[in-house]
Parts: sequence; C-alpha cells; structure tokens
Amino acid sequence: MSSYLELSARQRIPHIFDAGSFVEFLPPGARVVSPHLAQLDAPVSFDDGVVVGRGLLDGQVVFGAAQEGGFMGGAVGEVHGAKLVGMLGRAVDEGAHAVLLLLESGGVRLHEANAGLIAVSEVMRAILDVRAAGIPVIVAVGGANGCFGGMGIAARCANMVIMSEEGRLAMSGPEVIETANGVEEFDSKDRALVWRTTGGKHRYLLGDCQVLVADDTDAFRAAAIAAVADARGSAALTLEALEAEQEMLERRIRGFGDAADPLEVWRRLGVPEPAAVPMLEADAFLAMAAQHCAGPGTGDR
Amino acid sequence: MDWHTLANSLFPDGHDIVERDNFLSGTGRAGAAEGSQTVAVIGTTEHAPIGIEIALAQAQAVLRTVKEHPGRPILILVDTQGQRLRHRDEMLGINSYMAHLGKCIDFARRQEHKVLGLVYDQALSGGFITSGLIADACFALPQATIRVMGLPAMARITKVPEERLTELAKDNPVFAPGATNYLRMGGLQALWEHGLAAALVEALANVDAVDRRMLLGQERGGRHMAQAVAQAVRTGGDVRPA
Repeated sequence: MSSYLELSARQRIPHIFDAGSFVEFLPPGARVVSPHLAQLDAPVSFDDGVVVGRGLLDGQVVFGAAQEGGFMGGAVGEVHGAKLVGMLGRAVDEGAHAVLLLLESGGVRLHEANAGLIAVSEVMRAILDVRAAGIPVIVAVGGANGCFGGMGIAARCANMVIMSEEGRLAMSGPEVIETANGVEEFDSKDRALVWRTTGGKHRYLLGDCQVLVADDTDAFRAAAIAAVADARGSAALTLEALEAEQEMLERRIRGFGDAADPLEVWRRLGVPEPAAVPMLEADAFLAMAAQHCAGPGTGDR
Repeated sequence: MDWHTLANSLFPDGHDIVERDNFLSGTGRAGAAEGSQTVAVIGTTEHAPIGIEIALAQAQAVLRTVKEHPGRPILILVDTQGQRLRHRDEMLGINSYMAHLGKCIDFARRQEHKVLGLVYDQALSGGFITSGLIADACFALPQATIRVMGLPAMARITKVPEERLTELAKDNPVFAPGATNYLRMGGLQALWEHGLAAALVEALANVDAVDRRMLLGQERGGRHMAQAVAQAVRTGGDVRPA
C-alpha cells in the first residue's frame, strides 16, 4: 500500500495499471516540448506534464493518461492537450476495453492561454468520442493539485469519477473566487471550508463522484477495475441518462440552492453529525453515506 | 451587439427568440422561403456570467429540441463574461452543470443535429468551453472579444511582466484576446463579417460533426504543434512540426 497523493504521475502508473504493462506514446525521449514556454522564460518538460499510453488493467487493454501536478500544476497547454486527444483517438482506433484518466490539473495553462482553452475543449470532445464508440472512460482524482477549471468539467464528461477524500474537484479555484468577489465570498485561506466545498466527501455525497476510496494506490486500482466492469455496456450517452442527470441537477438546486455551507447540505441530506464528517475514515464515512447520499451510482445519473 | 439586432439580422424572415434572466431561447427561420428551415436558438446576453441555473436552462432547451424536433439545427449565441465566480456555484458542483450542458450538446450532435456557435459579443474561458467551443463549428462577429483572461491578470498569475505579454501578444495569437487570433488557431471556423443570414445558411449547409480545429490551426499558422503531436500519438509516428 502507498499514498496515491504523494506519488508523481509516472509513479502512479505502475501502481494502477498491471505492473510493467504500460507502453508510453511519445515518451520524454522524443523531446516534444511546449513551443510557448521558452519565450516566457518558463521551464519546459520533456513530457509537457502528461504521460499517455496503453497498458493492461486486470488483463484488459486499457488506454490511459496521468497528469503531472508537479509541472505547472498539471495545466493543459497545446502539446499536453494534443497528447491527450491523440491517445483518446487511438483508444477508439484500437478498440480499447476502457480509458483511465489519472487527472491532476489546474485547467487551462495560462502561459498558453488561448491554445490551452481550445485544447481543453478538444479533450472534452475526444472523451465523448470515446464514449460514443462504446468505450467507458473512468477518471481518478486524488493528487495534491486537485482537478479544476476546464479539466474539472472534462472529468464530469467521463462515465465515472473515483476520488479520495483528499482529492478536490471543482471549477474555479478558491483564490480566483476570492480575488474576484472578496474574502467574504470565499476565504481561500480557510482550509476546512475549501475541503468541505471541493473535497471528495462532499462530491460523493452530492453525486459528483461515484466512488470514494482511501488515499491508497491499491484502493484506486481496485476501484478502477470495478468501475470499468460497471460501465462496460453503458458507456455511450443516452437521452434517458441525460434526462435523469437534468432532473438530478434540478433537484440539487431545489434542495440545497439556499444553503450557505456544505455542512448545511449534509444536514439536509440527513447526515446525523455533519461537523464530524471531515474526521471520518473512508470506511466509516462510506457506511454513513450509504444512507444519506444524494446521487445514485453512475456518472450521468 | 444587441441581441435583438443580431436576431433580426440572422433571421430576416422572423424569429420567436425571447430573453429571460439573460437566457435566450426560441427559434428562427433560416434561408429563403423555399428550402428555409427552422433553427433552434439558445444563448446568453448582457455578458451573463454562466452559473448553474443558466447552464441547466440551456441544457434543458437542447434536450427538448432533441426530443421534440429531431434533427433541427441548434445555434448557440454566445455573450458571457465566463463562469460565475461564487462559492455557492462551486459548492453545488458548477463543473457538473457545465459538463452536463456539454454532454447534451454532444448528444444532440450525435443525433444528427447540426450545432453552430456564434460569439456575437464576448466569450470568456469557462463560459465558452461548453458553449461555442463544443459546437460542431464556432463562428464570431469580427468585433467579438474572446479570451481566457485579461493580460494584467495573466501577468499576475504567470509572473511574466505585463509589458512582455503585451509585446508578445502583438504577433502571437496565443496570448492576445480577439476573434482573429482564435480564427488563426482554428478555434473559430470563420468570421461572419456581413450578410449574417446568408452566412448562417451557408454554415448550416457545410458544417459536419468532425473536429478539425487542430488541422485548421496548423493550416492557418496559429497552432503549429497540436495537429502533429496528436497525429504522432494516434499513429505511433514522429512529430514533424508544420
């Protein structure tokens, strides 16, 4: 057992995929780097912050990617985005069993602003191309940088999201909101509030993530194997699933739209001791959540 | 541009688009009398911040079109200052609302609805990514403003002096806001400079569901690497930058 949070993207891959099975496409040796960073005197990385390739997961051919939070916060630039899009296209070409994305990203890389924004939208379309081909896409979020911005949206385009309670999934970062609307709107220094608002437990209770695991690579691997098995056969979007998601998201606004804090959301869900939720271990939390979770099992519902 | 003026220019034969809380919805008649077709319209106005309610309202309109009017083209009119920057939106999972809108549009595309985006005023980051940027093809009026964020904010975050960014923005489409730069990078299919009604008819006849933005960016010299890198990964070849 080892902490998923503490590993780099490259270290995570052999823990999650079958050991020794992963083949990287366009590896660092190819020296394909961002064309935009040098003129800003910013360092480049030989993988542009993402590993893409093909491996085995429990013996099945699964394509995958891992974003490196240690390089520009895992943010998406032109090359980074194109590697993801190329891998997703190849997963369709080669009839992958599934795609597994280990996401850790602040979203668009501001050093490549316009190119990054277009790239993230290309990644979203490519994820949905994979699903339309009947291939499930599973996302794991458990890195120190969380999954924000456009990649927070892209994550929710997948069939299922697996998180640890340390993982964070949202759109605008707390600092961005504080800068725009003041500290009374969102105090980015209030770590407990940040975690309550964006962390894995809140996302699980609301239904934005479908599987919550402890911060442990074995737990992530087991959850990924189960998620693939679950989502096979129902990978593509359907009208029924989208209507159910529409209803779920409307219900959420009706039920919690006037709540000021996640603690109030949890109380309304019937959680007996909302203030104790952040302290619960994963197993105890899941036992409690089994009775009080807002969202049912799969990504679009 | 005022949305009424825009709607009248796009649909000289009439439309029933209405605005409610900055959310636009309705239909318009595109094309000359014979061979004209009804287009479903959704969008926003007044530089609306895209919060969870307006994202959901747009998704609802897309789903209704798919159910009740199979195959009817959808036009997304974009004018937004970006995603709403509030604690409440984050708490309730605004990324899920945005993703839902994106998935509904993508589903419509796969049900053979043509989906066009048109930036008629302003488009910013999170408000653009699940509207115009997820359409089959996105267009803009030449005076439209499109950007991720302003150069002063970009300077703060990237720690690159604003003067340097301003200098680079002069001939590098990656940094500078503006429709022309998005055109060069392939993010926009074309600018609609005059004759909006005719441009709409032509676009409806020509767009398809294939994402060609990387190729366009390469051909137009705005994004040199993306197409080559994606192709190399996809086919297992080498990268040969354009």
